[in-house]
Amino acid sequence: MHLFSWLPESISSYGREMDSLMWLIYYVVGVWFLLAEGLVFYFIFRFRRKEGVPAAYATGRGLKAASWVIVPALLVLICDFAIDARGEAVWHHIKLEMPTPDVQVRIEARQFAWMFRHAGPDGQFNSPDDVITNGELHVPVGKVVRFELESRDVIHSLWIPNLRLKQDAVPGRMIPGWFKAEKVGKYGIGCSQICGNGHTVMGATLVVQTQSDYDQWLKK
Amino acid sequence: MSTTTLQPELLGELNELEPSEHGHAAPTGFIGKYVFSCDHKVIAMQYLFTGLFMAMAGGFLAYVIRHQLAFPGTKMLFHPIVNARQYNAISTMHGTIMIFWVAMPILIGAFGNFLIPLMIGADDMAFPRLNMLSYWTFLVSTIVLLASFFVPGGAAAGGWTSYPTLSVQVISSNHWGQVFWILAVALEFVSILMGGINYITTPLNMRAPGMKLFDLPVFVWMQMTATGLFMMSVGPLIAGAVLMLCDILFQTGVYMPEKGGDPLLYQHLFWFFGHPEVYVVLLPTLGIIGEVIPVFSRKHLFGYKPIVFSTIAAGLLSIVVWAHHQFVSGMDPRLAAPFSITTIIISVPFSIVIFSMIATLWGAALTFPTPMLWAVGMLAEFLIGGTTGIHNGSAASDIYVHDTYYVVGHFHYTLFPAVFYGMFCGLYYWWPKMFGRKLNETLGKIHFWGTTVFFNMTFIPMLLMGIAGHQRRVFDPRSFGYLKDMGTLHVIATYGLYGLWIYQIPFIINVFCGLFGKRMTDRNPWRASTMEWLAPSPPGHGNFEVLPECYRGPYEYSKPGAAEDFIPQWLPEETAGIARK
Repeated sequence: MHLFSWLPESISSYGREMDSLMWLIYYVVGVWFLLAEGLVFYFIFRFRRKEGVPAAYATGRGLKAASWVIVPALLVLICDFAIDARGEAVWHHIKLEMPTPDVQVRIEARQFAWMFRHAGPDGQFNSPDDVITNGELHVPVGKVVRFELESRDVIHSLWIPNLRLKQDAVPGRMIPGWFKAEKVGKYGIGCSQICGNGHTVMGATLVVQTQSDYDQWLKK
Repeated sequence: MSTTTLQPELLGELNELEPSEHGHAAPTGFIGKYVFSCDHKVIAMQYLFTGLFMAMAGGFLAYVIRHQLAFPGTKMLFHPIVNARQYNAISTMHGTIMIFWVAMPILIGAFGNFLIPLMIGADDMAFPRLNMLSYWTFLVSTIVLLASFFVPGGAAAGGWTSYPTLSVQVISSNHWGQVFWILAVALEFVSILMGGINYITTPLNMRAPGMKLFDLPVFVWMQMTATGLFMMSVGPLIAGAVLMLCDILFQTGVYMPEKGGDPLLYQHLFWFFGHPEVYVVLLPTLGIIGEVIPVFSRKHLFGYKPIVFSTIAAGLLSIVVWAHHQFVSGMDPRLAAPFSITTIIISVPFSIVIFSMIATLWGAALTFPTPMLWAVGMLAEFLIGGTTGIHNGSAASDIYVHDTYYVVGHFHYTLFPAVFYGMFCGLYYWWPKMFGRKLNETLGKIHFWGTTVFFNMTFIPMLLMGIAGHQRRVFDPRSFGYLKDMGTLHVIATYGLYGLWIYQIPFIINVFCGLFGKRMTDRNPWRASTMEWLAPSPPGHGNFEVLPECYRGPYEYSKPGAAEDFIPQWLPEETAGIARK
C-alpha cells in the first residue's frame, strides 16, 4: 500500500509536477526510513544479551568511529539538496510565475461562504459584464485562470484538492495566484484554515467547463 | 548560608557538611514537606501529577473530538453532544493543554527538576525558592486555563495557534475564553522561564567536584539546550500575546487591517517561538532515551559529543525555520526558498542524533525491560514523524499537505512519541528512584504493546486522510462532498483512540500500586552508572548522605578489563580497580 496512492485525481497543469515531487520525497525518505527501522530491528534481534558475551566498548570518539554516523548524515544532506532543488523549481512555477491569464476571477472569502466575481469577456473587474456567484467557481478548461484572493473578515484558506491549490485569504491583503484546469467536471472546494463556527460548512464547487459551455454560462 | 551561593570553593565546603546542614533545614510537617516545598524532588512530583492530571483532561478532549468525527452528532459516554462552537473550543484546548500543560511540565518541570540535581551530584537546585515559585505560578496558570471552560461564551476556539483576526473577533462580547487563554499561556511561560533559570544555572555551577561539562549525562545537556531555546524564542510570543490582549480589550488594532494592523505579524511572532517549542519538547525525551538505551545495551552512548553539538546546532537552526508554517499564509512567496532549505537541513543534525542512538544498539548486550521497550519504541515511532515532516518542509509539496490531516498525523507522530513514549520511558526507568519501588513489569509490557498498536491505529488513518485531501479542524466531515469516503478511516482512528485509552488503565493501576507497598533496598536496580543511582531511593532532603565526587563520564559500560560491566561516575579509580590513565 502506497501512502500517496490516496491522492485525489490531479486536474491542474501543475498537479503532475507537484505529485511527482511528493512521490520523489516519499521514495527518498522511504528508503531512509526503511534503512533506519531495518537497522533498529536487526540490532534488536542480533544483539540480545548472551551469558558470558560482553557488549562492545565503542564510544564513537574520534573521526573514524564517528564517521559511522557522519557519513550517513552527509548522505542525508545530499538528499536534502536534491529535494530542495526540485521543490524550489516546483514552488517557483506555481507561486512565483504568472503566465498570461486568459480568464480573471476575484475570490472573496467571508464567514462562511465563497463569493466569486468572474471578470467576464472584457477581462475587467467592476464592469457590467461581471458575473458574481456564491459558492460556484466557473472556469473554462485548458485556460490560465488568474485569481485575486481576498477576505472580508478573518483568515480563510482556498483549498481545491484536485487542483493541488491552497492559498490563505488574509483580510487586508489581495493575494494573486493562478491555475489551469485541464479536465471538465465538478470538484470540491473547501476552507482549510479554521475561521469560526461555520468553518465546517464553508464549501464551494469548482465547475470546469468547455469554452463554449463557459461562454454560454457567462451570457446567462 | 544558602545553597544559592555559587562560588566553587563553598561548594567544596558543602561537600563536607552533613545533609541536615544543607542550605535550608529539612522542613517538618505535611505542608512544609509536600505542599509549599522548596525541595526539587517534591516540586518535580507536583509538576508530574499536575501534568498527568492535565494529560487525562487533554486525552478526554481527544476522545470527544474523535467521537464527533467518526459518529457526528451522536450521543457519547461522559459528554453531551457537541456543537460546532464547542468542537472548535475542545480541539483548541486539546492542543493547548497537550503542548503547554502536559509536555512542558512533565518533560521539563518534572524530569528536569527531579534529575538535574541528582545527576550532577548536587543537593538541590541553585535557586530553590524560585523553583517553588515556578510551580505555584504554573498551578495558577492551570487553574486559569481550566476556568476558561466556564466563562461566558466558553473556552477559546480559534485553534491552539489562535490566529487573528479570528481570535480577536469580538462576537457579542464573548471574548473571555480568549482572554483567559492568553493569560494562562503567559503565566505558564513565566513559570517555565523561572524554572528554566534553575535548569541552566544548576548544571553550570553546582556539579560535583571532578565533574566536567562533558561528564554531564546527555539528559542534562538536552534540558539545558531545551531551556536555552525556550528562553531565546519565547519573548516575541509573549509580546505578540500581549498585543492580542490589547486588541481584544482595548481595540488597539495591531492585528486588524481596518485599523492599519496586519494579522500576519502574529503568525511570525507565534511561529518564531512555535518551532523552537517543538524541540523544547523533543530534546528532553531524546535525553531520557539517551540515558535508558546505554543502560540496557550495557554500552557507552555512541558519539556523546556529536549528539550534544548536533542538538545545539539543531536548536540554533530551529530559530530560523519558523516561516515553514506559513508557506501558503500570504507572505511573500520569495521567502519560501530560504525557509524551506533551513527546514530540510535540520534533518542533518537530527539524523546524527538518531543514527548515534541506533549505533549504540550495535554490538550491545540488549535486555528489554519496560523502560527499554519505550525507548526503542520512541525511536521507531519518531522515525515516522521525522520522515513525514519532509513533505511539510518542502514548500511546494506543503501547498498540498498544509493544514490537512497529513499534518495532524505527522505532528502526532512526533509529539506522541516525544511526550508520551518519553514520559513512560522515564517513569518506568526512574520510578524506583522517585518512589523506592519498581513498577510492575507485566503491566508495563501490556501497557507498552497496547499503546503502540492503538497509537498507530489512531494516526495512520490520519496520514491517509490528509493525502486524500481532508483539511483539519472540520467539525462534521460529511458536509464536504469530496470527503464522503473518509468515514471508515475516521471510524478506524476513533476505535484506535478508544483502544489507546483502554490500554492506559494498566498504567494507572501500576502508578497507584507503585506508590504503596514495601520499598526496595537496592539503590541501583538497573545497574546504571549515572550519579542519581548513588542516592537513597527515594532520596531524602539533601539527596546524598555525603555529596559525591565525580571520577569519569556517565556511560562507562562494559569497559574491557573492568571488574563489572559498569563503572559508576562516583567510584574512585582505586576502588574501580582500573589503572589511572
